[in-house]
Amino acid sequence: MHRFANPARFLRIAAVVLPWSAAATALFLGAGLYYALIASPGDYQQGESVRIMYIHVPTAWMGMFCYTAVAVSSAVALIWKHPLADLIAKASSPVGAAFTFICLVTGALWGKPMWGTWWVWDARLTSMLILLFLYFGHMALINAFDDPTRGAKAAAILALAGFINVPIIKFSVDWWNTLHQPASVVKMGGPAIDPSMLVPLLLMAAGCKAYYILVLILRVRAEIAGAKIRTIRLMQVHGRNAA
Amino acid sequence: MMTTFFDVVHRDLRLALRQGTDSIMVVAFFVLTVVLFPFGIGPESNVLERVAPGVLWVVALLASMLSLDRLFQADYEDGSLELLSLTPAPLSVLVIAKVTAHWLTTGLPLMAAAPLLAVLLNMNADGFSTLMLAMLLGTPSLSLIGAIGAGLVLGARRGGVLVSLLILPLYVPVLIFGVGAVDAAVHGFSPKAQLLVLGAILLAALPMAPWATSAALRQAIE
Repeated sequence: MHRFANPARFLRIAAVVLPWSAAATALFLGAGLYYALIASPGDYQQGESVRIMYIHVPTAWMGMFCYTAVAVSSAVALIWKHPLADLIAKASSPVGAAFTFICLVTGALWGKPMWGTWWVWDARLTSMLILLFLYFGHMALINAFDDPTRGAKAAAILALAGFINVPIIKFSVDWWNTLHQPASVVKMGGPAIDPSMLVPLLLMAAGCKAYYILVLILRVRAEIAGAKIRTIRLMQVHGRNAA
Repeated sequence: MMTTFFDVVHRDLRLALRQGTDSIMVVAFFVLTVVLFPFGIGPESNVLERVAPGVLWVVALLASMLSLDRLFQADYEDGSLELLSLTPAPLSVLVIAKVTAHWLTTGLPLMAAAPLLAVLLNMNADGFSTLMLAMLLGTPSLSLIGAIGAGLVLGARRGGVLVSLLILPLYVPVLIFGVGAVDAAVHGFSPKAQLLVLGAILLAALPMAPWATSAALRQAIE
């Protein structure tokens, strides 16, 4: 892992991975959307509006995955002081927040025809909303300090403190009596969902994952460039011996 | 290590009592905000009775959160936090001592004011003892979790507002189970499960919150 701590080496690897992740995003999202919208059956009860699931579920998975990525890279940053880990946490947080937001909105749009209500305060929805607020707090804390390294470290501690929420989200539909559907894919005994619906779901999930990698590379490159600009500016202001 | 603990508790209590208005202001905020609710939602008794546990807990939470800035901020600004961190005792001991003093000057007064306000909100008498027990278990957790937030925003811009954004998501479990306990008691069920979960949250926060807070303080001091 420390081999990749050198930003220049990371940038070289990122330059190679970037076109592949862009291609994978286009391929998986394209195939997933085709299967989701056209080539898969409607639900016997819900009809065609079950197709919101193919966006709602992958974005929910990505919301939790991105928070796990933020928490893991925060732990790596705090324990090993890995220089890129802070940047990965900072770059992943807005992406995860966006996925969580899309999950909540598509869930509301799905809930209105299905359950008759835009929102209900059950365990799964409440804990996903708390996840969104944890993301906002993380992003706010990173930007709350004049010194960016100070902000990154404080946010790392916050990310780890909030990580308890992710298992709560996953198991909330088992622990509480909720309106939200219980686990159908990742559970003991294997997926309870038919392959004709499971395949588009997994394709969309793979597409979202590839999209995350694509955006992560672009954002971390931007963060590295930003750090260089800050250094140059400091050197201009304070003379060549500073920074 | 225990002498350090008692010395810091003693110091913080003396400072808080010398500036006695802080505890009084927390209780005054609690009372005034709870009193706003009958004005806002109407004085009808059964409506107030229905919302009493929730209102009491939410306002206690907010009062506890508003008082967090005097946990570390004053010491951070005049440099005594840095000096206190140089003691041979671990920084977690310092944090637990400060949180204990904070709870004694914030949580305990809130607990003292809670029965009176429960009467004002027409709460069912079955819920009183459960309310006190739940607040006894819950308010130290609020101080402990709040200490994490207070430590993280030292030196930040707009730290006071930021702390609420950081801390309120982490407060939600205490709120859910605190209100759940009182609601169960009021409706004649046993609040044992919710009280046990509140106790579990407290027992989990006791080692972990000072650890996280001392990590936050360490990188604020350097």
